[in-house]
Amino acid sequence: MKFIWSYMRKHIWAIVLVLFMKSLATVLELFLPYILEYMIDTVAPTKDVRMILLWGGIMLSVAIITRFISVGANRGSVRIARKCIYKVRQDLFTKSINLSGDQMDEVGLPSLISRMTSDSYNVQSFMQITQTIAIRAPFLLFGGIFITLTMDTGLALVLIILAPILLVAVVIISRKGIPLYDIVQTKLDNVVRIMRENITGIRVVKALSKEKYEKRRFSDANESMSRSEIKASVVMSLPGPVISLAMNIGLTLVVLFGAYRVNKGVTQPGVILAFLSYFQMILMGVLILNRFFLNMSKANASANRISSVMNRPDGLETVSEGAEAPSDDYIIFDNVSFTYNGGTDAAGDGSSVSAFAGGSREKTLNDISFRIPRGGSLGIIGATGSGKTTILNLLMRFYDPQEGHVFIDGRDVRTYELDKLRRHFGVVFQNDAIFADTIAENLSFGRDVSHDDMKNAAWNAMAGEFIEDYDDQYEHEAAIHGANFSGGQKQRLLISRALAAHPDILVLDDSSSALDYRTDSLLRKNIRQNHDDATMIIIAQRVSSIMSLDQIIMLDEGRIIGIGTHEELLASTPQYRDIYETQMGEV
Amino acid sequence: MPPRRFSVNEHKPKDSRKALRRILSYVKEFRLLILLALIMSLTANVLSLIGPSLAGKAINEAAAGAGKVNFGNVLHYVKLMLLFYVSSSMISLGISIIMTLVAKYTARKLRKECFEKLSRLPVSFFDKNQAGDIISRVSYDVDVVSASIQTDIVAIMTSSITVLGSLFMMIRISPALALIVLVTIPVSVSYTVYIKKKTRPLFIKRSKSYGYMNGFVEEMFSGQKTIQAYAYNDKVCQKFAKVNGQAADAYYNADSRGVAIGPSMGMINNLSLGLIATLGSFLFMGGRVSLGQISSFILYSRKFSGPINEIANIMNEIFSALSASERIFNLLDEPEEVEDLEGATVLNEVKGDVEFDDVSFGYDKKKTILHNLSFKADSGKLIAIVGPTGAGKTTMINLLMRFYDCDSGMIRVDGKNELEYTRPSLRAAYAMVLQDTWLFRGTVYENIAYGSENATLDDVVSVAKKAHIHPFIMRLPNGYDTVISEDGGNISKGQKQLLTIARAMLYDSKMLILDEATSNVDTSTEREIQDAMLELMSGKTCFVIAHRLSTIQNADNILVLDHGDVVEQGTHRQLMDKKGFYYKLYASQYE
Repeated sequence: MKFIWSYMRKHIWAIVLVLFMKSLATVLELFLPYILEYMIDTVAPTKDVRMILLWGGIMLSVAIITRFISVGANRGSVRIARKCIYKVRQDLFTKSINLSGDQMDEVGLPSLISRMTSDSYNVQSFMQITQTIAIRAPFLLFGGIFITLTMDTGLALVLIILAPILLVAVVIISRKGIPLYDIVQTKLDNVVRIMRENITGIRVVKALSKEKYEKRRFSDANESMSRSEIKASVVMSLPGPVISLAMNIGLTLVVLFGAYRVNKGVTQPGVILAFLSYFQMILMGVLILNRFFLNMSKANASANRISSVMNRPDGLETVSEGAEAPSDDYIIFDNVSFTYNGGTDAAGDGSSVSAFAGGSREKTLNDISFRIPRGGSLGIIGATGSGKTTILNLLMRFYDPQEGHVFIDGRDVRTYELDKLRRHFGVVFQNDAIFADTIAENLSFGRDVSHDDMKNAAWNAMAGEFIEDYDDQYEHEAAIHGANFSGGQKQRLLISRALAAHPDILVLDDSSSALDYRTDSLLRKNIRQNHDDATMIIIAQRVSSIMSLDQIIMLDEGRIIGIGTHEELLASTPQYRDIYETQMGEV
Repeated sequence: MPPRRFSVNEHKPKDSRKALRRILSYVKEFRLLILLALIMSLTANVLSLIGPSLAGKAINEAAAGAGKVNFGNVLHYVKLMLLFYVSSSMISLGISIIMTLVAKYTARKLRKECFEKLSRLPVSFFDKNQAGDIISRVSYDVDVVSASIQTDIVAIMTSSITVLGSLFMMIRISPALALIVLVTIPVSVSYTVYIKKKTRPLFIKRSKSYGYMNGFVEEMFSGQKTIQAYAYNDKVCQKFAKVNGQAADAYYNADSRGVAIGPSMGMINNLSLGLIATLGSFLFMGGRVSLGQISSFILYSRKFSGPINEIANIMNEIFSALSASERIFNLLDEPEEVEDLEGATVLNEVKGDVEFDDVSFGYDKKKTILHNLSFKADSGKLIAIVGPTGAGKTTMINLLMRFYDCDSGMIRVDGKNELEYTRPSLRAAYAMVLQDTWLFRGTVYENIAYGSENATLDDVVSVAKKAHIHPFIMRLPNGYDTVISEDGGNISKGQKQLLTIARAMLYDSKMLILDEATSNVDTSTEREIQDAMLELMSGKTCFVIAHRLSTIQNADNILVLDHGDVVEQGTHRQLMDKKGFYYKLYASQYE
């Protein structure tokens, strides 16, 4: 709640105005049955036509005025909610986009997206509802009770006793029913999952003629879901009849006691009539309050999920004094060791990365040291999970190592401002992203890249031909996730992006896996010729992609097991020779 | 996956009467239950309609004034009121339980039929339709239909009865007063219809801009690392400000109109209350109505205005349910996989001779992918298929497995046209490992034994050892009983491939298809499982697709495909000596 309030506070006067208008409208509405009662009990018997017309006119005017005040208040509340939620989302987005790798792993992508969307909608609707609907509840409830008390204390007691009983009954039923819906949801997920598995695996299912087995599997899940659904529905169909029954019993009691009191001469028949109206009002108040509390707990949970992202410390901070560089090489890794999650299971829930890391938490990188002179090149090869990409993560400072230091151009990477540090790089990650925008925007990516540079980069990356085949060439629109390009086209676009700004350091992480050998080799030739001043790091599965580089590192379970040129590694490192021979088929 | 949650059904059903008739045929088996529910709702309605008139009579008794109230009569009416209200509540509870059962059983049946339909559809259906779309029909659309069955059938009955009944009672009390209601109610109904029509496009726009924002956020967050790497953050935040602003505006435009509906309806109801009071007073003056009559009239007018406003909503719901059911029926009406030929024989005692005879095929009849393809694969031979992406390699496998049928020419298996065998027996003759590995949520054991029902744990362990995946499995929390999550998210791509290789090893067949089967296995593991792969392949007719040319050098025949044509074929030696297309592909590995 504190979080939501911190955003609403800025609009405090507008909110006060909305609340005032809404209260006014509610009070006016409350007076209508009062006037009705007055007309029938007092005015009508006088048979004074003018008075009847006057009071009838008052009723009509009140009805009209109420509508306009109420609509004005409602609109105001929407306007305020709009402003607040815009700010919340903008802040959350800015924070999220700047989260460090560690923090991102901890929250998880799907969760971050749902905080940005469905959680923000929950908060938004709560902001709006609080100002309009919720404010009516106390008025309806307490106002109704107050007026009925002044009209006839005795009769009012019937209502006052009934309201809390009703509230408790409804709350109890809902409490029982909502967990039942959670069960239905899980079972629905099962049904959908089996469905999805059968759609994606249709070839396997058909190849192995498992249709009957799958039908049974689905039918089990379907029936089990259906059973829980019926159970939940039946429980949740209780409140309706219960409420109407309670309401009608109340009505009956009011009539009975009303008649008794009329007989005693302490009340008028018109009072009973007015009571019937107020009675429904009070009931409405109870129902709104019930809904408001349900809504509030939902919004509160959402707000907590949002604020837990916002309250995270700002990623990695720039330090003023870093370690001393041991030499004047351009890139230096100096005895670097690193474990994700800082070596402890920080997330605790075993989510994402850590789940099946093999039981023992070994270091992802162990005592890694290497140096690359300016303009030099390095290849990194090794099995999946050997720590290749982690080296890149540390070099670009998505994470900080627990031991050792990383230097670029004679300075500890931690002393650079993050965006200045990263301006040195042109990089292609594994499974890198193409965004829904023009090709030109995807290549220049917010940097000052001239059209010629962009074009050259595209041709060097072997992408020029297919791009310029489009009628709109570089203005061609990419779909979300670049879905309108093939895997090979995407990789070539990504490499173009990396080359476009003539980076000091070019990093390619398994970025040519979808290219055939010919394209791959032409591409490498282009880079060698046109970007020879860039310092280059290439991570690859194929020996052929890295064998011509100045220096090659072979990694195994986070350790360097061989370092040197291709020829040196062939001689010194049997594992490297093995891979080479398997891939090249030379015996 | 595209954001489903905010999708709005904009389409009206094309042929609502047909869809309605068909959906009614589903609930037909519950017709007695539905009839019962309708009778019950009629009763409940009549009971609750009598309620206000009883209250009015009781108040009339009370209106006699102090000391003159006849309590016998009052009590009599009060008792009747209680009896009526209690039974009406019980009955409506009963109705909702009956309709819940009807709706949920229908939903269950629809889901079941849809799923069974899927297993009869040809593979091409799944290649053309998005999984998300199919799933939304079975989950979302079925839900819409079932919700409509659950509430709308009874609601439309109840509402009409209530409206007609209240109107009747009001006219009986005082035709003059009823005139007011007859004026104000149509006003409020047409107001609702008007405003709904006006705001509907605004709400659709709101859903769209929410959906767009969802997509944008998803895209940016998943590319977050790249954005940071290129220091693109500020630009992206500016872009988001635009998207965010649009979403906020769309929300404001829609909801600021939407929030006017409630107070406006309230005003119309209050106006008619005022008019009733005024006119009622005059009538009372003229001695035409009693106080009790005015009060029961007011109660009836409330009963009347509620459902009449609701009927517009219900109609809306029914229309969207009909268009949902149309989407379901479209799925159920999809053409199924063509039946096996009459007299198709079961393929058993497979030898494994396969022959492509002048085969042509295209997914799109206008665009042929394979042109007049002919070659022979004798029993036990290893056929390698190489060539650039899009050359038609995977298409050949689709034809071998009869996921698709040739447009012209034929494929012979053991000397007989493939079409003359039953599909299950033909498919059972192949084991297959595909690049896109497929695992389902189940234990490791179940995943490996999928397709080999009689495999014991020992069998499974032994193939897992051969595929070098046993140590990994043993490190899992519950070994072979560990449940693998959907899409095998908690294991690497390479390990997934090893699991499917183990599955193929367990599956006894005469022919084998390997489509990039080890593309994600790292080179040292690939070397380690080489012996096992050779054993898997021995004695079988094998079709192998591979990028890494080193893996297929000992093939008996290498088919080099380019744009759907076999441009070269022969052994590795022969093709190298020829110095053609294959030679160039091979040599580029060393550049």
